[in-house]
Parts: sequence; C-alpha cells; structure tokens
Amino acid sequence: MPNTTLAEKFHALDYGPAPEDPAATLTWLDEHKRRFRHFIGGRWHAPADGKYFESRDPATGEKIADVAQGGLKDVDAAVKAARAALRPWQALSPHLRARFLYALARQVQKHSRRLAVLETLDNGKPIRESRDIDIPLVARHFYYHAGWAQLVAQEFPGYQACGVVGQIIPWNFPLLMLAWKIAPALAAGNTVVLKPAEFTPLTALAFAELCNEVGLPPGVVNIVTGDGTTGDALVVHPGVNKIAFTGSTEVGRAIRRATADSHKKLSLELGGKSPFVVFEDADLDSAVEGLVDGIWLNQGQVCCAGSRLLMQESIAERLTHKLKARMAKLRVGAPLDKATDIGAIVAPVQLQRIQSLVAQGVAEGAACWQPQLPMPAQGLYYPPTLFTHVHPTSVLAQQEIFGPVLAAMTFRTPGEAVELANNTVYGLAASVWSESINLALQVAAGIKAGVVWVNSTNLFDAACGFGGYRESGFGREGGGEGMREYLEPVWFRKAPSLRASAMKRRGRAEGKDATPTPSAGIDRTVKQYIGGKQVRPDSGYSFECRSLKGVLLGEAPLGNRKDIRNAVEAARRAEKWATTSTHNRAQILYYAAENLSHKAKDIAARLALAVGAKQAAAEVKLGIERLFTYAAWADKFEGVVHSPPGRHIAMAMNEALGTVGVICPEHAPLLGFLSLVAPLVAAGNTVVAVPSEAYPLIAGDLYQVFDTSDVPAGVINMVSGRPADLAKVLAEHDDVDALWCHGSHELCAMTKRLSVGNLKQTWTNEGREIDFFSGPGAAGRWYLEHAYQVKNIWVPYGE
Amino acid sequence: MGRSVQARRDAPERSVGLQVTQATPNAGVPLNLEWVDEVRVNTSAVERRAATLVTRRTVKKDWQIAWLLKAITCMDLTTLSGDDTHERVRRLCAKARSPLTEEVKAHLKIGELPVQVAAVCVYHLFVATARRALEGTDIKVAAVSTGFPAGLNAFEERLAEVRSSVAAGAQEIDVVVTRAHVFGAEWQRLYEEVRAFKAACAGAHCKVILGTGDLATLRNVGRASLVAMMAGADFIKTSTGKESVNATLPVGLTMTRAIREYAERTGTTVGFKPAGGIRTAKQSLDWLTLMKEELGPVWLTPHLFRLGASSMLSDIERQLSFHGSGRYAAAYRQPLV
Repeated sequence: MPNTTLAEKFHALDYGPAPEDPAATLTWLDEHKRRFRHFIGGRWHAPADGKYFESRDPATGEKIADVAQGGLKDVDAAVKAARAALRPWQALSPHLRARFLYALARQVQKHSRRLAVLETLDNGKPIRESRDIDIPLVARHFYYHAGWAQLVAQEFPGYQACGVVGQIIPWNFPLLMLAWKIAPALAAGNTVVLKPAEFTPLTALAFAELCNEVGLPPGVVNIVTGDGTTGDALVVHPGVNKIAFTGSTEVGRAIRRATADSHKKLSLELGGKSPFVVFEDADLDSAVEGLVDGIWLNQGQVCCAGSRLLMQESIAERLTHKLKARMAKLRVGAPLDKATDIGAIVAPVQLQRIQSLVAQGVAEGAACWQPQLPMPAQGLYYPPTLFTHVHPTSVLAQQEIFGPVLAAMTFRTPGEAVELANNTVYGLAASVWSESINLALQVAAGIKAGVVWVNSTNLFDAACGFGGYRESGFGREGGGEGMREYLEPVWFRKAPSLRASAMKRRGRAEGKDATPTPSAGIDRTVKQYIGGKQVRPDSGYSFECRSLKGVLLGEAPLGNRKDIRNAVEAARRAEKWATTSTHNRAQILYYAAENLSHKAKDIAARLALAVGAKQAAAEVKLGIERLFTYAAWADKFEGVVHSPPGRHIAMAMNEALGTVGVICPEHAPLLGFLSLVAPLVAAGNTVVAVPSEAYPLIAGDLYQVFDTSDVPAGVINMVSGRPADLAKVLAEHDDVDALWCHGSHELCAMTKRLSVGNLKQTWTNEGREIDFFSGPGAAGRWYLEHAYQVKNIWVPYGE
Repeated sequence: MGRSVQARRDAPERSVGLQVTQATPNAGVPLNLEWVDEVRVNTSAVERRAATLVTRRTVKKDWQIAWLLKAITCMDLTTLSGDDTHERVRRLCAKARSPLTEEVKAHLKIGELPVQVAAVCVYHLFVATARRALEGTDIKVAAVSTGFPAGLNAFEERLAEVRSSVAAGAQEIDVVVTRAHVFGAEWQRLYEEVRAFKAACAGAHCKVILGTGDLATLRNVGRASLVAMMAGADFIKTSTGKESVNATLPVGLTMTRAIREYAERTGTTVGFKPAGGIRTAKQSLDWLTLMKEELGPVWLTPHLFRLGASSMLSDIERQLSFHGSGRYAAAYRQPLV
C-alpha cells in the first residue's frame, strides 16, 4: 500500500499507516539500560537472588526490557520499607498528603504520551486507547483522590488507614489499575507495596520514577515486579494489613484462602461475563457502537467487557446484520498505529486460551463468524469474533474468554432478559439498551452487577465505585465506598481478642447467676424457625443449654446441614423483601421493637438465667433501641447520585446483598443477634441466623416477636446448633451471598477459608470482642455499610 | 495467527454491510410511516460515537494529501450572502476552476488528477452568471431555492423558484423543507412537499436541506431524513448555514445512518451534504471519515458526498501547500476564495 501513487490513493481513499512515534519512550528505556530493578524505599534495588525476566512487545514479540523477578526477600524488604514509611506518612497533615496526590496527577499529565506509548508497547493495546482512555483516567483518579486525602479526616471520622497495603494488579489496564489501587490507598493514609502483572510491569516502574520526581517520601510506594510467586509472597506476608487484588477469579479464590487465617482486609475485583442487553426499542446503530466499545475495547481483555449479547428476538436479525457490517470495518493491527481498533493480545498464553475456547464453542455447535479483515502477518492478533446461536449451556456463555469474542443469544421478554443476564456466576457489569427509561431502569435494577450502563458501556470515573457481585469479587474501587476499603474504624482495631475478654466476663457473671424457678408450667419447646414456621430439627436431636453455674435451662434444637439448606431456601424465596419499600421495612422493625417491649419482662427473666439479671435487662432495653435504630436507618441509608464528567448521572444505589448467613456472638444472645440481624433486615436482606451457642433458647422468644410483628415468612430464619458445624454449611453454601460471623478467630478463619466456593463476602469480628452495649462499635453505619453493596447505574441524558 | 482454527459454521455467509457497489438514483418510494416510527436515536450514544469516530481514524502524509484533494472535489463552493454580486460569484467560480495554485500542484505532483470543486452554490439570481463562468468545465451550478433559508414563502412561489432556477441552468437545486411539518409530525405533508420540489427539479439534482439546527433533536433529524428520502431526495443536506448550529458530526452520523437504512431497504443511494460551520481541513477529513466508516466507498465521490463550504478551501490549500513545501503557509499568499 505505501507504494501506491497519489492518484491511486486519491481513488482508493485508504487510511494508510499512521504510526505514533515511540522514539522518546525508547530513549527512556535505553536510559534505563532496558533493565529495571525493584523500587523499594524510594530507590532501585536489584533482586536479592539476581533473577530477571523479560517483558516483551506482543505486537512484535521483541524483548523490551529485563525486569527484576521478586522473591521473598525482595517482598520482605518492600513491606519493611512500607512499614517504616507508614508513621511519617500518617504524621503528615491531610493537606500535605493531598499535595502529593495532586502532584502525581500533574506528573502523569506531564508525561502522558510517554506513559501511553510505554503502555501500548508493553501491553499491545491500541495507542488511541492508552492515549485517550487509560492515561486520562489515571490522572483523573489521582486528582479525585487528592480530594479525599484532603477531606479524609472530616469525611471518615473515627476511621484510620489499614496500614501497609499489598496490591496486585492485572495486565489489561496496567497503569490505570495501579492508579485505582495506589490513589485511594495513599489518600486514606496507607503505604503500599504493589506488584504489577508479569506481562506488563513497565508503566508501574515509570510511575515509580514519577513518585521520586514529586518527592513522595521513600517507602510510601514500593513496586516489586515478578510473577505469581511474587504475588503469593506479598499475600502471605505477615507485615501486610490489607490485600487489594484485581485479576482472575481463580487467583482471587487462592488469595481468599491464603488470607483466611489472618486479619488482612481484602478486596477482590475479579472476572466477569457481563451481559449486553438490547431491547427492540433501542437505537440499534448506537447499540452496535456500544458493542465495539464493550467487547472490542482492549481486544476484549476487559473484566467488564460486554461479552454476552442478549438480543430481543424481534430485532435479533437486524442487529446481527448491523453488527457484522460494523465488525467488517474494524481495523486489526499495529497497536502504535493511531487508526487501529484492535491491537495485539497480551501474551501467547492468552491467545492460546482464546483460540481454545473458541474451538470449544465451535465444537459445541455455536455459529462462529469472523469478518475477512487484513491481519498482520506476525504478532499476537485475534480477529473480532461473533458467535450466534449460543445457549446458556455453552462454554461461550459461561466462561470468561478475555478476548475479542462475543457470544450472542436471544430473549423474548424483559423478565427473560434479566433471568439470562443473571444466569452467571459473575456479576461485574451490564449494559442495557432501550429508549424506554422505565424498561431500562427496571432491568438495570434487576441485574445482579456492580455497574450497569444504560445506553452506554465501559464508562469509568473515579467518583463512581466499580466492583462486582458474586464471583466478580467484593469491595469497590472509586467513590467514597472505594475509600472505605482502605480504612477501618479505630475502635475495631482496638477491640480486644475474644478469648481474653470472654474469660473475664465469665468470671464476673458467675457470681451473679440467677437461679431458674422450678418449672411447674407446660413444657416449652424451642424449635428452629424456618420460612416463618417453627419446625423441629431435621436431626431429631436437641442439645442442652445450661447456665454458667451448670443449671439446665432448657434444650435447643440441634441444627444440621439440612436445616440450613431449608432455611436458605426459605430465605431465598423471601427475597422480595429487598424490593419492599423502605418505609415498610422500617415499620416492621418498629413493630418488632414494640412487641419485644411487650414481652420484655419475660424475656429478660429467662435471659437472666444465662447472662445475669443486669446484662439481661440491658440486652432487652438496648435490643428494643437497636431495632429502633435500624428501623430509623431503613429509609435513610440511601444511595447518592454522582455527576461524572460528561452528560451522565450515575446512581449509586445501596442494594441488599441477598441471602445472608449470620453466626451470632455468644456473649450477648439477644443484643448480639439484633445488632447483626436488624441492619441486614433493614437493608432488605433475608437472613439465616445461628443464635448464640451459649443461649440458643433466645430463638424461642425472638420468633414469637417476629411472628407477631408482620415479618414476612423467610425474611428471618433461625437455626440453632453448633456454630462450627453450621458456619461450615453456610460458608460452603453456593446460594448464600454473604456470611457474617462472630466467634473465635478459628471460626472466623474457617468461614473465610470455606467461602471461596461462590466467593461470598464474609464479614467477621476477626475473633475480637465487640461491645454491643456501648461505644462506637455498638451500632451504626459500619454495620449498614456491610449490609449493602453499591450498584452504580450510569444513565446518560440529553435529547 | 489466530484465525486458522476457525471453522466458519454458517458459511456461506450472506456478505455483510451495504451491498451497494454503485450509485443508484433515488426515485423515492411511497411514504412508509412504520419506518418513521421505528427511528430511534440515542443522542448521548450518537455523540459518543461522533467523538470517537474522529479519534479512531487519522490519515497522514501522502494519504492526507489524497484525502484533502478528495475533499476539494467533493466541495460545493458556496456564497450565500446578502451582499453577493455577479463579480463576487465570478471570482468564486474562478477559484472553483483552479482551487490550487500551479506551484502547489507541482510540489505535490498531482499530475493529471482532476482537482476541481464539485459545484458552485449560489442564489438564483447568479445561476446564469455562474454557468457562464464555469463553461467548459463539469463543475455544476447549484442554486438554493424555495425561499432559502427560511423556506416559508408561499408554496407555489417556492415551486416557481425551483423551476426558474432550473430554467436558468442550475443543475442542482438545494431546497429547504418546512420545519413546522417536522415539529408537528406531519410526515405526509413533508413527504408531499419534497415530492413536489423533486418534480419541479425536473431532472436537476434535488438536495433537500432539513434545517437540522432548527429541528433541534437528532430524533427529528432521523425522521425527517427518512421522509425526505422516501419522497425522492437525491441528497439530504444538514442545514442552510444560517442556523445557529449547523453541520455537526452527531447530526451527520444520524443522517448517514438514515441513508444506510434507506439504502438497505430500497437499494438506492442518497447523497449527503453537510453544510455550515465547516471551515478547516481537519473537518473535511472528519467528514470523509464519517462517510467511509458509516457508508462506504461508493459514497466517497461527489456523486454522493458534498461539503458545503467556502473558507474551508483556503485551509485545505494551506495544508497542501505545507505538504508540498514543508513550510507553513500564509493565507495572503493564496488566491482569495
């Protein structure tokens, strides 16, 4: 083509080559002798065991540079540097920390093109994307978080930074993911050890240089490069207080397992198989462009890529036709060419994965279509690919391909669209196309995903939280909710370990134990409470419940896995609770308080046998108050409306988690139960609670309260039994969305470890004693924040 | 690598995209209100596409020269001012005949490439003058007609104006529609109006100005485009140049998509003419990119694409001069448009 004459060019009107000149970036690489060490404590350190690996340009296969392979010693040095830097960093005023973040944003902008070219060289993404999407978003993220650094003390009173944070990021948006990790961590007052992906370490190292250029104190940001083993070392390092990970669901699982036995805070942003739903009243041409931005951005190597196209049957043929026409105009080629749409796949292993999944899809009988595009003769390229006649059973509909491959299927009704959209283990993002605002918002609300874009796709902004439901992970990045991932309440960090305080309490209560009145009345049988009914335990066994003095107080049903199964099914059936109006939910909680107060005396008297009269009285009194507290919150803990750049609103909705298991604390049978269950129920969750092992008989009093308070059947279920057994069943249950566990360190560790099946969120007392009677940890936002997850619905507007 | 593993399961695949390989004149079709009802234009999404359309594509070096030359050949060099005179029109025509200086042409080695503008666009009063000035070339003379720019004269007068312009020698007539028909969704009236204009054109090219700045919403633009095409428009044109907002890329995107829809449904090709506010060489490349991406090669000729502009020519000339000499150009060194 370059040899054609001007006349030929005039007639053909082809685009011709338009390469971005990489010279300045290559010079920068040469200045570093194409060899990069770890960035620890503000200085470059050669790897302890002297090993390096190669970073290659996927477009050409050429080596770009040698990069240090981090081992245990390197990670240890980095964590130590971060630890040493922590106190001085936190001693700076918020304003001074804000200045550093602001300076980083400026520095990124000053060197934007070098960073963009470097990103494209290392990753293979088109220069248009790194130039127009990645790098501007990086700068925006630092600006935004400079703001949080300034405001953190006012806006998050009572919270403090986690400490040293270990961060592991993927190769698809290397510098952007770095920004998503480092900016909030620093804004909150943490110090950081970050491990960039093995395939794409270079922009992180360039960023390290920027840190020094702005004078960031040494050790606040440390970069250790390497492969998965380096990441492992960081994850298990005892000096790390929090792990933030973005990457595959499999690695996410491994990290959850590896950190289960520690008190490390964890946020995971994992895979996706996001639905792209097109209704018959959509602007189809625009929906096609949405797909281009959705599945052909970054070669489809995007966790939130709209990889499952769901088309209403009536427009499926037209849309497919338009889509194919558009695909035929995509340009696959050199990432540095400014007119390239689809660049190179990051690495041979990723290309093989795409090829093998496509082959599997073909073997399963789905129709594969690829346009006849000129493809580069060498390099790691894959053409845009459309599969039609895909069924939910197909590997193409289920597995994340992480490539430019779209799987299309059809639906008949809005209800079926939502059902298909949710027919996945993931829940990261979704895109909904319709010109009817009612329909679009209804479907957006129905899809289980952390982000829903209406008539748009792949829009990001630092102010809008991003993160998933289900196996797409937990925790959010961006917005206030993203900041919370890097903060913890001061009181929680100071709470004593349960073991020590339980001993103390036991000693105190022992002396004051009340004596049970000899029972002359009718036998009182406490049962399980499932689906609004009192039912006998499946096991047919009961267990004794004794006072601290050893007096038999009664017998509680001994719950087993089938009771839990039944209770979870009942809770799932009651999920309409989430869409019950908040006013209604509040009313029911108030009503429960009212009924609890009617029975206060009797309940307190019975409870006194287990915990002493004083505590029993306090539990009942505060329990009533606690119900009031969360009834009050029910219609006030509301979402926010973001105004990201451009003509959009992004509605950050607080949505219920779904079905939540609760292992109640032992030491406050009534108040502990209500302190955990009330916020969950106020938030619209349905609950399967395991009452205090010390006094499970409280269930008998509670279900009488709930039965008389219009609590719909299945919203609150109670299964008494051994927490260790029941927590295991709940943790392993794939239809439980979250598990709150209050118990010993070992119990908490077990629930975290076993939660990996469906990667349910776990929230535990970390084996600490929580004071439900007084102080900042008794009730409040901290609980509600864990009872909801934020869904951001982006709605563009304008006619 | 990559595609070797592919089996094309549904081959032979009906080939994709517009199956238009040559221009096919539009005789119009009966008004189909269903097509109008089906128009969906999501403004935000269209704006996003328009914004990235021009960042996804670029042309450099010799290709840019070729594209800029193409832009010249697709230009309706226009003067539509209250102070137009015969002499002003003659000057414009002279520029139309030789839009580039010999020096630039030599530098660029344009050789035998027929680089001249597609048409000169004037008020009715100057049609004859322009025809005489352009004798011996195949540069067309286009007249704005039908009570340009408001288009609110008596219907019979507007038709009469078309006929007189044709009689005076105009080969193309740019007509304006009654925007009120669009606001009132009086599609039948709009259809009949355009049909009548087309008939009055009697073989002259009928370019229908929608007044997109007045229509205000892209949805209106999309509907009006379809109705105008069903009524037989040879071209649809954005605006008069007299509205507060004229040719924008989102409007262009909406109209080109309507043209594509119409072509797919009828097999006929309708041309597109953005006009108003197009001043820079870069804009001409943007519009060509739009045509290439949304419609395809058949639309990249003056038969189906026109740029209504005047000062843009100077900017293109400056760019070409730079390409030829390597030195940035000064406007005063170029013959005035």
